[in-house]
Amino acid sequence: MLKGHQSWFFQNRPVILASSAVGGPFEAKGGLAEDFDILHDDMWLGQDSFEKAEKKMLEEACETAIQKAGIKKEDIDFFLSGDLLNQIISSSFAARTLAIPYLGLFGACSSSMEGLSIAAQLVDSKAADYVLAATSSHNASAEKQFRYPTEYGAQKPPTAQWTVTGAGAALVGRDGEGPRITCATIGRVVDMGISDPFNMGAAMAPAAVDTIQAHFRDLERDPTYYDVIATGDLGRVGFEIAGELLNKHGMDIPEDRFTDCGIMIYKEDQPVMAGASGCGCSATVTYGHFLRRMREGELKRILIVATGALMSPMSYQQKESIPCIAHAVSIEM
Amino acid sequence: MKISNKQKKKLTPAQQQYQEFAKQREPKRPVLKNCLKAFFVGGLICTLGQALQTIFITYFGFNKVTAGNPTSAVLIMLSVLLTGLGVYDHIAQWAGAGTAIPVTGFANTMASAAIEHRSEGYVLGVGGNMFKLSGPVITYGVFSAFVVSLVKIIIMKLGGM
Repeated sequence: MLKGHQSWFFQNRPVILASSAVGGPFEAKGGLAEDFDILHDDMWLGQDSFEKAEKKMLEEACETAIQKAGIKKEDIDFFLSGDLLNQIISSSFAARTLAIPYLGLFGACSSSMEGLSIAAQLVDSKAADYVLAATSSHNASAEKQFRYPTEYGAQKPPTAQWTVTGAGAALVGRDGEGPRITCATIGRVVDMGISDPFNMGAAMAPAAVDTIQAHFRDLERDPTYYDVIATGDLGRVGFEIAGELLNKHGMDIPEDRFTDCGIMIYKEDQPVMAGASGCGCSATVTYGHFLRRMREGELKRILIVATGALMSPMSYQQKESIPCIAHAVSIEM
Repeated sequence: MKISNKQKKKLTPAQQQYQEFAKQREPKRPVLKNCLKAFFVGGLICTLGQALQTIFITYFGFNKVTAGNPTSAVLIMLSVLLTGLGVYDHIAQWAGAGTAIPVTGFANTMASAAIEHRSEGYVLGVGGNMFKLSGPVITYGVFSAFVVSLVKIIIMKLGGM
């Protein structure tokens, strides 16, 4: 049901029956290592290309979620997935393996919540009984496509971010036990003219702020309604900017409730500059970490605001600025 | 943030205002520190090169002109080896221009691109992408050499030098 200007309110409260998180070697050394279902010590996952490794990770995330939910793959009506590679090959190739009717998404790093909100909408409107929403990113395949070869010695500035090697999946159904998706706010594209791909936090922060404001306006809620409000992958630079922007606009989110997945996933001593980024960032932190804490009763209500930078390797060479987006999904126990 | 003046004019007042706001909150590149590190590491690599040259002249019968080739070859091999072992990019993050400017940096651009695109095959992958990063250096290196030699010829014809 449309609520306000750009939000969906899900009357039937679709439930996340199971979720999964898969990570790579760098994530295994991070602060949330215990929250992953599978951790790989090999960047290649035994495959002969980084792209195949990313696809395999995504497949593993999907299989793990299906297995944990204890339902048959044939019972899943739709598979929604997105990633960062050109023509979203990781998602489409994983869909080929899964053989579930599939819709491909592209929202860059916001794909996790784009997929989850549409999955909830499909289940809520009875267009589906079970929907699987997934996303993935791989550090090396993203670097290869968007920046330089992984072994190239270029000095990165302190505003740069580290793409997460990880995949996450959530299985959404109508009935059952688990955290429930109560509403979602679809963001609009915000572009403040920043064109430096090594400064994505500052580029994406205004989009996150725009969506957070829209969410609370549409739902007529107060920020204290949530135990945690987490942005997707703003990193230290973007997160600080977003916090100050929200304050400037008169929105006061208590400091202990406001966080960023891109800061949480790695430890401070890991050389990731400003923090993490990538589809896998908000996906693994939400599906692995936050949902575990919800199931354990530690958190009751959370709002995930996944942020995405919608540029292509060609657009920034042509000096185009970076259009950004953010989608928010509210999950309650 | 790299914004040319031409682009800045195209920005709306709100965008300009935000970029100023964001700029104050972005950590700056530590330019002085980076320069010192680059000077130190670059100098270290050149010292190593000098030592190699001296060795080739003293023990292998090269003279000052011919020793250049084996010296570069050893530095290139070292750089390629470190690139292949996945160490070079970590050194470069610390050293910056110090590892990029000497011949080792050039070897790294080629080796890293070749390794990266091995998965697309030897012809279109390795062959097609090996010069992806070093291509601009070659193109503009040859072009500037051409311009400089043109200038030299003109000056000589005019009776200078």
